Amino acid sequence: MTKYFLNYLDELESEAIFVLREVYAQFENPVILFSGGKDSIVLTHLAKKAFYPAKVPFPLMHIDTGHNFPETIQFRDDLVESLGATLLVGSVQKAIDNKRVVEEKGKNATRNELQITTLLDAIEENKIDCAIGGGRRDEEKARAKERFFSHRDDFGQWTPKNQRPELWDLFNGKMHQGEHFRAFPISNWTEMDVWNYILRENIQIPSLYFAHDREVVYRNGSWIPVSKYLVIQENEEIVIKQLRFRTLGDITITGGIESKADTLKKIVEEVSAMRETERGNRADDKRSETSMEDRKKQGYF
Amino acid sequence: MENDKRIPKQVRNSINNNQLLRFTTAGSVDDGKSTLIGRLLYDSKSIFEDQIAAVEKTSKRKGLETVDLALFTDGLRDEREQGITIDVAYRYFTTPKRKFIIADTPGHVQYTRNMVTGASTANVAIVLIDARHGVIEQTKRHSYIASLLQISHIIVCVNKMDLVDYSEEIFNDTVRQYEEMSSKMMIKDVRYIPISALKGDNVVNRSQNTPWYQNAPLLHTLETIHITSDNNMVDARFPVQTVLRPQDEKNRDYRGYAGTIAGGIFRVGDDVRLLPSGFNSKIKTINVYEDYVDQAFEGMSVAMTLEDDIDLSRGDMIVKRNNLPEKVQDLSAMICWFNDDSARPRAKYILKHTTNEPIAMIKEVEYKVDVNTLKRLEDDKEINMNDICKVKIRTTAPVMMDEYSRNRKTGSFILIDESTNETVAAGMLI
Repeated sequence: MTKYFLNYLDELESEAIFVLREVYAQFENPVILFSGGKDSIVLTHLAKKAFYPAKVPFPLMHIDTGHNFPETIQFRDDLVESLGATLLVGSVQKAIDNKRVVEEKGKNATRNELQITTLLDAIEENKIDCAIGGGRRDEEKARAKERFFSHRDDFGQWTPKNQRPELWDLFNGKMHQGEHFRAFPISNWTEMDVWNYILRENIQIPSLYFAHDREVVYRNGSWIPVSKYLVIQENEEIVIKQLRFRTLGDITITGGIESKADTLKKIVEEVSAMRETERGNRADDKRSETSMEDRKKQGYF
Repeated sequence: MENDKRIPKQVRNSINNNQLLRFTTAGSVDDGKSTLIGRLLYDSKSIFEDQIAAVEKTSKRKGLETVDLALFTDGLRDEREQGITIDVAYRYFTTPKRKFIIADTPGHVQYTRNMVTGASTANVAIVLIDARHGVIEQTKRHSYIASLLQISHIIVCVNKMDLVDYSEEIFNDTVRQYEEMSSKMMIKDVRYIPISALKGDNVVNRSQNTPWYQNAPLLHTLETIHITSDNNMVDARFPVQTVLRPQDEKNRDYRGYAGTIAGGIFRVGDDVRLLPSGFNSKIKTINVYEDYVDQAFEGMSVAMTLEDDIDLSRGDMIVKRNNLPEKVQDLSAMICWFNDDSARPRAKYILKHTTNEPIAMIKEVEYKVDVNTLKRLEDDKEINMNDICKVKIRTTAPVMMDEYSRNRKTGSFILIDESTNETVAAGMLI
């Protein structure tokens, strides 16, 4: 007997495909914001499905902090090539060199906030009218109120108190000159859903997500990878740990977790038993209770 | 849509058996809505340790002895400062049986539009009643909105039972009040549960304090409530979102219509009619990515090809020849107004319906509904923020619609102000 209902992953997939097709139909020049992390990889996979047998009709845009895991960049370039897509890069390093932004100082300095200016500049330069992101509402409390189609004013800012209501599956992408939209097709997915989907679809992800040995230092409760960008403090000791990353961001602030999970199946098992949020290892979110809300208002991802 | 063999069996099974259920909770400041959601998340172990630690810290700072469950649902800074929910917030939790999406909405009358928004996609509505106060004005408002938006199932949670000594009499009395109040509303399925969100009675676990209550606790009810037949599987509707025309050599002849099925079932070989043109054709193929399937049903995002080469584009609809939607240009609808600016008499708005966007004008306000008393106000013709009214609308071109009570997807629309681009109203065809 045929079951005439979708299981939850099929329903989430179908919803995301619908949103991606709406973006394509409603905007002139949309891009996928591609960080090399699992959420943007899943997003790209969904775009492949949404437009098959045609090619993914969006360029991928990477906002590059300059502090990358080399594995992420390799992965990005391979994926772009296999899709036959265009890659756009907004460089934080260039923005620093051109004095558009000033690098933070101090031992906990990050380039996280600097991405905002770079992202908004890249959107303006490339005349992007919709940037599709892999943001999920379960990630963080400010994101819980995000829309599928999220309006940004001509300064690129988000006004959470004055968002357009979103009912049924009717998305309003109309805007004035100079404004733009962010679209979040996987809004309703949780971290667990993303992993189950990666497993189900057998989606390729960077090796960093799998357990491996790495040189790290212990900082603010996380294992931070040693890299040429990391300034080691006097009291810090470099050790080798078997770990993997739950999220991939700026290499100087993305902490790994100790893990033996070296296959997708083991990762799914581990994540389902996990008792801490994935952003718990991101120094950028630890700064204050409202740090994500503040960054998002300014135009963050 | 069959899953492939790569997936370990246990994962495949756990995915396949689980459905998604969306529910809404409307509530005001003191009725315990945030506590209830916090309790569901906490007791179903959906809250991570670092979130618990953060909430424990805040609870202590506020001088509370136990963890304030309501803090788990706190959102934006303004809301935390004012202690209220302003916007719709979405929360997620999963049990071994289902995945849940909660649309957490504010319940005060000034947020009617947010309640409508949260209700628009919900399968189930939870209506909270304070056992000490029984059915009050806001109960009526929340239930009316749930019935207006055609939520098929309502679960009435009589909360704060701990404050009335878990009295069966008080519970039964509340049930009677609710039945009387809701008798004129179109609600298909109502269930009643005595709970204490604060103490946890009958939320996740069956309570020892209510031996007289024989039915399931809230979570079990949410896990088992039958929702599959709430979808319209009769009237086949396929609004075209976009046309797929691959440029490569191999697929040169492929012309696929991409969209999500908004009702019914389509099968390869079905005789279909294309609207609004009225041309007939047959379905040649249906594909979901690389999988070519024999049939596709409501909720599936697919691409279809037709036997004939006919001009068809975004905004058009593919339906079955023997089951057509209404073709309307003068429509009667219930609308909820969302904007600070009142509706301007005879102003033009974009009417967004499925993937179609004709221009429309509100020609007449028949009546306005007082959401607190449910009385019709026939003399008040001004449409202001949060108003719910019955109106007559005229569109520039015919629209293919179904009654909202038959199909939420093809019976709903939004109005967009052409000058501000804002979504100013939500509407339902009656």
